[in-house]
Amino acid sequence: MNIRLKSFKLLLPIISILLIAGIACSDAAAEAREAANKRVADAEARAATAEAKVADTEARATAAEAKVADAEARATAAEAKVATAPATAPATANPGKLVVYSGRKESLVAPIIEQFASATGIDVQVKYGKTGAIAATILEEGKNSPADVFFAQDPGGLGAIAKAGMFQKIDTDTLNKVPTWAKSKEAQWVGLSGRARTVVYSTKNNISPEDLPASLEGFTDPKWKGRIGWPPTNGSFQAMVTAMRVQWGEEKTRTWLKGIISNEPKVYPKNTPTVAAAGAGEIDVGFVNHYYLHRFIAEEGEGFGARNHHLNSGDVGSLILVAGAGILDTSKNTGNAKKFLNFMLSPVAQQYFTGQTYEYPLVEGVKANPLLNPIDKINKPSIDMASLDDLAGTQKLLKEVGLLN
Amino acid sequence: MIKSSKIHIPPLYILIPTIFTAIIMILPLLYLITRSIEASADTWISLFSIRSLQTLGRSLLLMSTVTLMSLIIAIPLAWCTARTNLPMRKIWTILVILPLVMPSFIAAFLFTSALGPKGLLQNLLEKPFGVKELPGLEGLIGATIVLALLSYPYIFLAIRGSINNIDPSIEESAKALGKNSLKVFTTITLPHIKPALIAGSLFVALYTLSDFGAVSMMRYNTFTWTIYQQYGSVIDRSTSAALSIALVSTALIILILEQNIRGKEKYHRIGSGSSRKPKIINLGFWKYPITSFFVLIISAALIIPVSILVFWLFRGILNGESITLSLSTVLNSVIVSLIATLTTALLALVTAVKLIRYPSIMNRFMEPISFIGYALPGVVVGIALVFFGTRFAMPIYQSIFLLIIGYIILFFPVSLGIIRSSLMQINPRIEESAMSLKHNALSVLTKITIPLIKSGLLMSLSMVFLLTLKELPATLILGPLNFHTLATQVWSYSSEAYFAKSAFPSLLIIVLSIFPLTTIIWHDKRIYQ
Repeated sequence: MNIRLKSFKLLLPIISILLIAGIACSDAAAEAREAANKRVADAEARAATAEAKVADTEARATAAEAKVADAEARATAAEAKVATAPATAPATANPGKLVVYSGRKESLVAPIIEQFASATGIDVQVKYGKTGAIAATILEEGKNSPADVFFAQDPGGLGAIAKAGMFQKIDTDTLNKVPTWAKSKEAQWVGLSGRARTVVYSTKNNISPEDLPASLEGFTDPKWKGRIGWPPTNGSFQAMVTAMRVQWGEEKTRTWLKGIISNEPKVYPKNTPTVAAAGAGEIDVGFVNHYYLHRFIAEEGEGFGARNHHLNSGDVGSLILVAGAGILDTSKNTGNAKKFLNFMLSPVAQQYFTGQTYEYPLVEGVKANPLLNPIDKINKPSIDMASLDDLAGTQKLLKEVGLLN
Repeated sequence: MIKSSKIHIPPLYILIPTIFTAIIMILPLLYLITRSIEASADTWISLFSIRSLQTLGRSLLLMSTVTLMSLIIAIPLAWCTARTNLPMRKIWTILVILPLVMPSFIAAFLFTSALGPKGLLQNLLEKPFGVKELPGLEGLIGATIVLALLSYPYIFLAIRGSINNIDPSIEESAKALGKNSLKVFTTITLPHIKPALIAGSLFVALYTLSDFGAVSMMRYNTFTWTIYQQYGSVIDRSTSAALSIALVSTALIILILEQNIRGKEKYHRIGSGSSRKPKIINLGFWKYPITSFFVLIISAALIIPVSILVFWLFRGILNGESITLSLSTVLNSVIVSLIATLTTALLALVTAVKLIRYPSIMNRFMEPISFIGYALPGVVVGIALVFFGTRFAMPIYQSIFLLIIGYIILFFPVSLGIIRSSLMQINPRIEESAMSLKHNALSVLTKITIPLIKSGLLMSLSMVFLLTLKELPATLILGPLNFHTLATQVWSYSSEAYFAKSAFPSLLIIVLSIFPLTTIIWHDKRIYQ
């Protein structure tokens, strides 16, 4: 008994030391990060330049072209500074504050929000959460909502707030930066980055793109029995089904859903486990958003057992969805909110989204990450995000075929 | 014999906190009623459709299987660590409780990575045994295993105390009357720990009803999952409210059943004489199978998931990923959890005293209401407080005060359950005699009652602490702006597949929760001297 007690007493200080050391390290790291933040505008712009350089070198492997790209990126970084500079100059006394409710994860957007804050001097306060829960929060807050901007992961969450009439109109200048398909028709919200629907296939199970059909319809073939994975409760998946209803009509969509269901697909709660399952070889193919794969490869290395394939038939299998934002009509910091949207559509921010979160830039002239399939090579369907607001109809259909409760 | 009619009127310092608790516990219900009134007739019709009834049936089925499996795991573990000569009992006692600290939203993912058809276990078995694929851990069986492994410690903790508190003379008398060990266990021990068993099972049952993380990972469609779906892409608050009311009603039925099963029995020692140490039973050969059972449970529930986290962390560090965590995040987590824990325990202590020592009509309502929070999904409690906060309490909206009220609603039941069962084992005569010796009610509470239930109090503190530390949905909704906790960081990273970055805060949650738990058990002098 005594010996055990002694060993515990020995263990206790060791554990405490480890714990304290861990916290101290993280603290030091946080301090370092803060110090870095002070120079963030410069450093990050430089980082973006470097990234573009690396990206392009990889893509083309010619020094001359890389230099051109470097120059381009530097120019865009400078432009961004110019874009934010006049806004900050007269307001240096008190740039004010901005409250952002973000349905996009901190791990993805915090760096670019910090960059906005330090470039403009605006005191940006952020609430992170799940897009749906945040939309519900805004709806319950009503007129008392402290939020200025709702930055959402998908058009569904934005649609819910637009439908409740809680957004104000976005300036035409801002809207014009993105293509027509990537924004609300009533100027309620604007897309900030693109994410492609894709088929993730398991290289671990020796599946190759040649084995895949040209269209999503091909997966209803009985030879895919037991080999498919999908996340029917996921927002992006439901947006894809909504797009199907727009493109194919109700009947064909129902037939497709039933066709896949008869192939006994494995059901996952969201994209991440679906991609993980393809990588582990639990499934041969999965219907997901494209960027998770790149996270898995970054995490597990090139050996990760799955890759993306963009179907080439121009159907919703390669739909491009957007993450976007809108300004609340109860916003007390409308000016800053507008600056925020413009900044997120500046070349620097667009470069960040494609370089760091593997998304597609929506602003012309910004090059997509070379790890991604170029957006112009994706035969994407011509469907407006704004036409995807009938999520209720989609959920009704999914309930009908037994995918939802 | 002292007539104690006076003590039936509770003093103000008991009454006011009890009423305060009742009010905040009832807030989510008021919100749900407000919102469900707006629900269309269609919603109500679909609520009573075959499909919803099936979903409810699945929730109830899962609740039964999880509770049963938890009992099967917890009873032998508790009995062996308390009453036998199993080697290293104290270490085992601590180890078997630890699965409790795993946040379910990450645990389920860890379990599938480890035990899935092509998981870690399959990889290990492939080379030596040629196992190509394991049966998928999913559906009812998968959800039962994951939830039982995460929640059996509730039952273990609940019964551990009362197994130790049984007056050994009763068991010895039974033995002397010629009954064998098994017979003694079933006829004396089991009935004696019944209230604790019921209390523990109740937690497991309510926890299962409100779990979202594990059932969604295991693709078992329950009522709570359906409620979360309403906050997915289509934000349908009235349907969600209607569903939540159905969930609460189910929980209420279970609570009323529990009240009836528990009955009005007395569980404290009545006679004179002091409780002494029970005799330790020699396991003999049984030592080996029992130790293997312990090893199996601990490996599945603790070692495998923690190893995966450590693996993720080191793989990330080796890949040169910068793993950072700000001190303010750690402090936020610890400070908010501490405040929530202390407040909850204080309210629970007062409420328990009110419920047990001051019987009244109010108690009949108070009891079920107190437990509702634990059956409600965190997202519902969060949104309900957004509703009230922005309408009636704007100054504390998005401050840690409202967040702490959210935590109290969610975890008060746990605290109350533990404190109430400790209090029930104290003979009120002790307090009454102190009263008669010119002590007022407050000094009886602080000088007699609290010291007597100290271990229960400490246990409730550490339980609420760890539950708060890993709480996610309500924290996301109610937290102040720019507010981060360890749980929100884990979620932010893990859901976007930043596994290495999510591993560090996950491990920190586990380490921080382990501290109070182990310390309490280590210093629990009543056992293992």
